[in-house]
Amino acid sequence: MAVNFLYPDYEVSRNDDRCIACRVCERQCANEVHEFLADTNKMVSDDAKCVNCHRCVALCPTRALKIVKNNNTYKENANWSAKTMNELYRQASSGGVLLSSMGNPENYPVYFDKILLNASQVTNPSIDPLREPMETRVFLGAKPQNIERDEAGRIVNNLPPHLTLSMPMMFSAMSYGSISYNAHESLARAAEELGILYNTGEGGLHEDFYCYGKNTIVQVASGRFGVHPDYLNSGAAIEIKIGQGAKPGIGGHLPGEKIVGDISRTRMIPEGSDAISPAPHHDIYSIEDLRQLVFSLKEATNYQKPIIVKIAAVHNVAAIASGIARSGADIIAIDGFRGGTGAAPTRIRDHVGVPIELALAGVDKRLRDEGIRDNVSIVAGGSIRSSADIVKAIALGADCVYIATAALIALGCHLCRSCHTGKCNWGIATQVPDLVKRLNPEIGYKRLVNLLTAWQHEIKEMIGGMGINSIESLKGNRLMLRGVGLSEKELEILGIKYAGE
Amino acid sequence: MKEGQIRIPSGCAISGLIDKSGKRMSGEAVLRSISVMHDRSNGLGGGFAAYGIYPEYKDFYALHIFYDNSASKKSCEEFLEQHFDIINLSKIPTRKIKVITEEPLIWRYFVTPLPTKLGGSQLDEREFVAKCVFRVNTRIDGAYIFSSGKNMGVFKAVGYPEDIGRFYRLEEYEGYCFTAHGRYPTNTPGWWGGAHPFALLDYSVVHNGEISSYDANRRTIEMYGYKCTLQTDTEVITYIVDYLHRKKGLTFSETAAVIAAPFWQTIERMTPEKRETHEYLRNVFSAQLFTGPFSILVGFEGGLMALNDRLKLRSMVVGEKGDLVYIASEEAAIRIIEPNLSRVWSPMGGEPVIVRLNGDEV
Repeated sequence: MAVNFLYPDYEVSRNDDRCIACRVCERQCANEVHEFLADTNKMVSDDAKCVNCHRCVALCPTRALKIVKNNNTYKENANWSAKTMNELYRQASSGGVLLSSMGNPENYPVYFDKILLNASQVTNPSIDPLREPMETRVFLGAKPQNIERDEAGRIVNNLPPHLTLSMPMMFSAMSYGSISYNAHESLARAAEELGILYNTGEGGLHEDFYCYGKNTIVQVASGRFGVHPDYLNSGAAIEIKIGQGAKPGIGGHLPGEKIVGDISRTRMIPEGSDAISPAPHHDIYSIEDLRQLVFSLKEATNYQKPIIVKIAAVHNVAAIASGIARSGADIIAIDGFRGGTGAAPTRIRDHVGVPIELALAGVDKRLRDEGIRDNVSIVAGGSIRSSADIVKAIALGADCVYIATAALIALGCHLCRSCHTGKCNWGIATQVPDLVKRLNPEIGYKRLVNLLTAWQHEIKEMIGGMGINSIESLKGNRLMLRGVGLSEKELEILGIKYAGE
Repeated sequence: MKEGQIRIPSGCAISGLIDKSGKRMSGEAVLRSISVMHDRSNGLGGGFAAYGIYPEYKDFYALHIFYDNSASKKSCEEFLEQHFDIINLSKIPTRKIKVITEEPLIWRYFVTPLPTKLGGSQLDEREFVAKCVFRVNTRIDGAYIFSSGKNMGVFKAVGYPEDIGRFYRLEEYEGYCFTAHGRYPTNTPGWWGGAHPFALLDYSVVHNGEISSYDANRRTIEMYGYKCTLQTDTEVITYIVDYLHRKKGLTFSETAAVIAAPFWQTIERMTPEKRETHEYLRNVFSAQLFTGPFSILVGFEGGLMALNDRLKLRSMVVGEKGDLVYIASEEAAIRIIEPNLSRVWSPMGGEPVIVRLNGDEV
């Protein structure tokens, strides 16, 4: 039916003067956009198949290719945008739920971009990280209530299990299955080299990666895929995934086509079966049930590992966090609504949840007001894009941040937001062996190490400028922040002053 | 504009001296010392803490209180009578000094908690007194308790410290330890309560510097029930010292290892046992670390601790002669009262100098 025709959003523009018909683009595109016409000795392309991942652009040896926004347009309408109309056509033809990948791309306020940082002038010297020690080490976990001493008066080490990180960043959960073996290997090796942790996500842990255990967080999600005693004991911490910022209120979904070979084995489910996690944990219908799962996991690991509870940032996040802080959990991870995903219903991704900046500020304040901030550490995620975002998140009250989308971009992701198709040309969000091979973990892990090392340098420069020489003194230090373009209410929730105040 | 409405960083001069034998001396010496550093203050605040000055009342809490007017005095005294047995009360003696103006009513009370009130509160005596001090300072408009220890007292005002000392007739007090502060705030507060030293129970702090960790420290200590009403570094330092030493039972050297923690690279070179203790302290009390420049003198019953920030971004010199130990922002401030020192040194950043009366446990 003609009404089903959707004009492509992007156009593959080929400069025929430059094109040498080497057919690299054709070989590189899993979406089969490019085709060689032997009779005319020319390359042609089908824009309709293009996802705008830039693989062909990046590999074209003569820079003959670029992807440009299409200027085909419906009659302009401020209310019925082309995007809205196209989505409607698609649903009218399929009867299905719209699916999307990666984080919410819609134009909601990014509070990090409306917060500015302080620096020292005159009254307090700024500190130069090239000449003075500048500390970024952080601990995650609960603090003991009391100091205990032995007969000789020495302090007894009564610390509950905790994590030690060389810098306040961790790679957040991305399951083996949603991303490739090589992507996982890159994350694991980078975490080990950097002295931080990565997170298995809900797909279990491939047996090849048990050796990175002390740098691994193993996740327990509602589907309990791949969860067994060795798995729980293999990591440095266990994360109970209640929710994800990209899709609060629903569980994960990995299509059967991606459940092949090792993935099926690691998840402990049959090949080809959809891995659909239930929306809630069916043993957690209330906060007291969470406490039982926290302690079940502690029992299973002999009280040796801190337990993280990860929740999506939703409207009532402060009260939920308060409950979690009294549940025996050691760390709360909060995932903002701009967080990424391998697949989520579009409407949920784009309309459910709240920004991490507001959620984080609210949770930190509530836990302090209730005197229970020492019970837990807070990890903030859901679109941390740069070292400046990290500094701002920590000053708002986070102990550490979770990074995922930025890490994937470091590995080559171009945010085409088509992970759910399983045909990632960069070898990240795919299980097709030929595509997976394109991501070399030897190079991938070094790029991750580079990125976080660069961010660590930048953090040192920024906090040094504030006259701070330990990241601990930035935590919750909201006087180092000022807002611009924010309302009274927004400033109040963020707990910061307006610039010029 | 009052302290507490805005945050005011300030530069300063500090000086202190203690006689380890416990022998009492007049306040004249510290007065001469601080006056040498006139240019380090700007006339917007100064004060003194003196220890051992009330031997005849040594078992009673000495409350020094500023009142804005007689109405605030009346409501504060009502509160005090409900909670304490007042053994003695009087105006604090002062003399008129031309440059010291706008003085509030300044009163002194020697008190002990009423046994029934104390028992009912289920608190130990010091916690009970501290809670009462917070109550007055946050709830009774125009009343401000600026000194609340036993056998010690704080004397402070807006002005240059040497004028303030004369105003309070400091030379007439005899104590075993004195600290002094001259203030250079980067703003113009006109309130006496905002001057330093800042004190709670027998802890008093004089401080030169500006801590960059301020808001992290403030938000942490407020979680433990302290109210930072002045928005000054000295206030938050005093509360954190009180929290670590009195409430958590850390020693003064452990307290120093928290607030001016050794760098990780230093800790890694320590013996395993020492390393474990320092790692523990830095983990558990990470939010009580101060960064940014400071030199502080912490007075307490029976001793004095001097401490610099971990990078030593503020000057601080220590001198010794016999039983006397002198500490000041500048060596000149020590030499003026004792030219023939047997030893003079600048302590390293984060290295506490803890002086106690002879015979007291270290």
